[in-house]
Amino acid sequence: MKKISGAEAVIRCLIEEKVDVLFGYPGGAIMPVYDELYKFQDKVHHILTRHEQGATHAAQGYARSSGKVGVAIATSGPGATNLVTGIADAQIDSTPMVCITGQVASNLLGSDAFQETDIIGISTPVTKWNYQITKASEISEIFAKAFYIAKSGRPGPVLIDITKDAQFEILENFEYKKCKNIRSYFSVPETDPESLKKASELINNAKKPLIVWGQGVILGNAENEFLNFIEKTGIPAAWTILGLSAVPTDHPLNVGMVGMHGNYGPNVLTNECDVLLAIGMRFDDRVTGNLESYAKQAKIIHFEIDPAEVNKNVIADVAILGNVKETLKDLLTLVEENKHEKWVNKFTEFYNIEFKKVIDKEYNKKVGGLSMAEVIKSVNDNTNGESILVTDVGQHQMVACRYTKFNSSKSNITSGGLGTMGFALPAAFGAKIGDPKREVIAVIGDGGFQMTIQELGTIYQTNAAVKIIILNNNFLGMVRQWQQLFFDKRYASTEMINPDFVAIAKGYFIESKKVEKREELDKEIKKMIEFNGPYLLEVIIEKEDNVFPMIPSGSSVSDVRLE
Amino acid sequence: MKKIKYTISIYTENNVGLLNRISAIFLKRHINIRSITSSESEIPNIYRFIIVVNVDKEQIIKLVKQIEKQIEVIAAYFHTDEETIFLETALYKVKSKSLFNERQIQNIIKESRANIVTVKPDYFVIEKTGWREETEDLYLKLKKYGLLQFVRSGRISVSKKSMEITKFLKSNKNE
Repeated sequence: MKKISGAEAVIRCLIEEKVDVLFGYPGGAIMPVYDELYKFQDKVHHILTRHEQGATHAAQGYARSSGKVGVAIATSGPGATNLVTGIADAQIDSTPMVCITGQVASNLLGSDAFQETDIIGISTPVTKWNYQITKASEISEIFAKAFYIAKSGRPGPVLIDITKDAQFEILENFEYKKCKNIRSYFSVPETDPESLKKASELINNAKKPLIVWGQGVILGNAENEFLNFIEKTGIPAAWTILGLSAVPTDHPLNVGMVGMHGNYGPNVLTNECDVLLAIGMRFDDRVTGNLESYAKQAKIIHFEIDPAEVNKNVIADVAILGNVKETLKDLLTLVEENKHEKWVNKFTEFYNIEFKKVIDKEYNKKVGGLSMAEVIKSVNDNTNGESILVTDVGQHQMVACRYTKFNSSKSNITSGGLGTMGFALPAAFGAKIGDPKREVIAVIGDGGFQMTIQELGTIYQTNAAVKIIILNNNFLGMVRQWQQLFFDKRYASTEMINPDFVAIAKGYFIESKKVEKREELDKEIKKMIEFNGPYLLEVIIEKEDNVFPMIPSGSSVSDVRLE
Repeated sequence: MKKIKYTISIYTENNVGLLNRISAIFLKRHINIRSITSSESEIPNIYRFIIVVNVDKEQIIKLVKQIEKQIEVIAAYFHTDEETIFLETALYKVKSKSLFNERQIQNIIKESRANIVTVKPDYFVIEKTGWREETEDLYLKLKKYGLLQFVRSGRISVSKKSMEITKFLKSNKNE
């Protein structure tokens, strides 16, 4: 084989890992790799974002819609530090991502050279693994490891920092061997058969069992195994925000969302069930509320791929380690068929209360300013649950996740654990590129939109046909809601004097429209969906709406408020 | 829960940055490390960290799980003092004049079973290996004669029970 540079080796590694798209931003210390990208552009497509943070969120959106590893690339110094928010987001939401950063030449390391930062040190606490390459001969082994680590077990972000001299260095010999095993890393823990037996006994004797599932079901590609399990056992199942879309919205055993703005029934009944099955979820504080009064009456069965999550927040009576795709399949043979009709009906009763007090008023609003829920209703009516929903962070996120209908998995992309405002716009075009056949609808608040607004440029340049809905209440709505409820309406720095979003979209040559009236909403949403290409729809909504139900922080899940 | 002294033993690959990754786990939880040492273990190219912390049982379990989760950590364990044999070493640098002028010093060295490492015209150096109480006791005794320098190593320890680290290296056959 002919001699190649380290930079070319990087591209060859990406090709070996079947990476056909990466998101990034060039700069001095990564230029040799960009030079090779230019030569290999028929094989690896580079998408130029408008900020490195956008590259990470786009890679995350891509990973979440495609199930593949997302790749982001940036230069040293500020390029690298701008990746950090997206890396932290991918870490806490278990998104498989590989970030590549350029670094100053190895002889300059530690000299405070131009655009030098210690990105290994900075990214260590927020990466699953990171590594600094200083010799071209390391490239193929490190890339193979990086992709294996990012994707296997509980997925997460990996950062590879490559010094500029390693990119220039000529390799005598390039060989790529996929990584299948690292001796110090157990990607999937072994399942104890005894735990399955114990769990099946608890499940078979349960009178009021409840499932709370999380993203583990989606990351494990275990949607079918999960459906088979709930249908055989007849156990009502509620989702965390990252578990959303793994089971169709209309499934009779799908009883809604748990957590701070989750549904009334699953929250209250968490404290009434006798067995709680936590499947691929990690008992985040936004799910559990006050741990002192969380499901204390229930036996807890925790299905987990990451042993460090077991007993971290909630003590499990039975921990089933492993990939839920395997453990649910194995458990299925041990559990009895059941129909917990009376128990399932209880969720319906609670839903009816919530419908009367909250849902009907928002979703079917007829007078006053537009509600966020009405906008989602119109989206549902026009997409039949077939589109991918990408949301930012805040009130609109809670409302969109509560009301959007889903027919298939991998359809909900949001920033859950980190709560990163600015996530949605770049994640949306990343998602569209990851699954181009599907409609991608980004629902974003006026605050978060302005955190990564420049990515409209990327959308224009790539012509990624994302549909962007800005729910504009001229407020940082979620913070304002807390100020109203817990800080005596002292609206400190939450009101926003906003620009003309339609004009801004037009400036980026993106079709756009503004809606203020109820009678125009449905027509405009329909027009947006039917439009062939990117589209921005700004919807002016009620200024001071609140999201309910709500578990005030520090309260018990059963103290969920409806108003 | 009561906070007590735990000794954490971590077997790792030999990589740049791993110390940073491990110490970040303590930093994130605002836990102060009492002592830390690292050296190559009984297995070539596998390193062993010994970290001493003062935490409660729940904290130590969670800490060790987070440490074990790191890719290049092969295995991590925690032990109470009763479950390990542990020592630390201290060096004491004293003016040579004291050695000749203060006869008591010679008795102190003898009684504490410390060793004289070196004697120079200006100063001499004493070494004492033992438990913290012993090195501390000698420190207090020598202090009155004027210590030029005093330094104590981190704890080194071996567990009473086997840690079977090689088992992990052989049994890991993922995929």
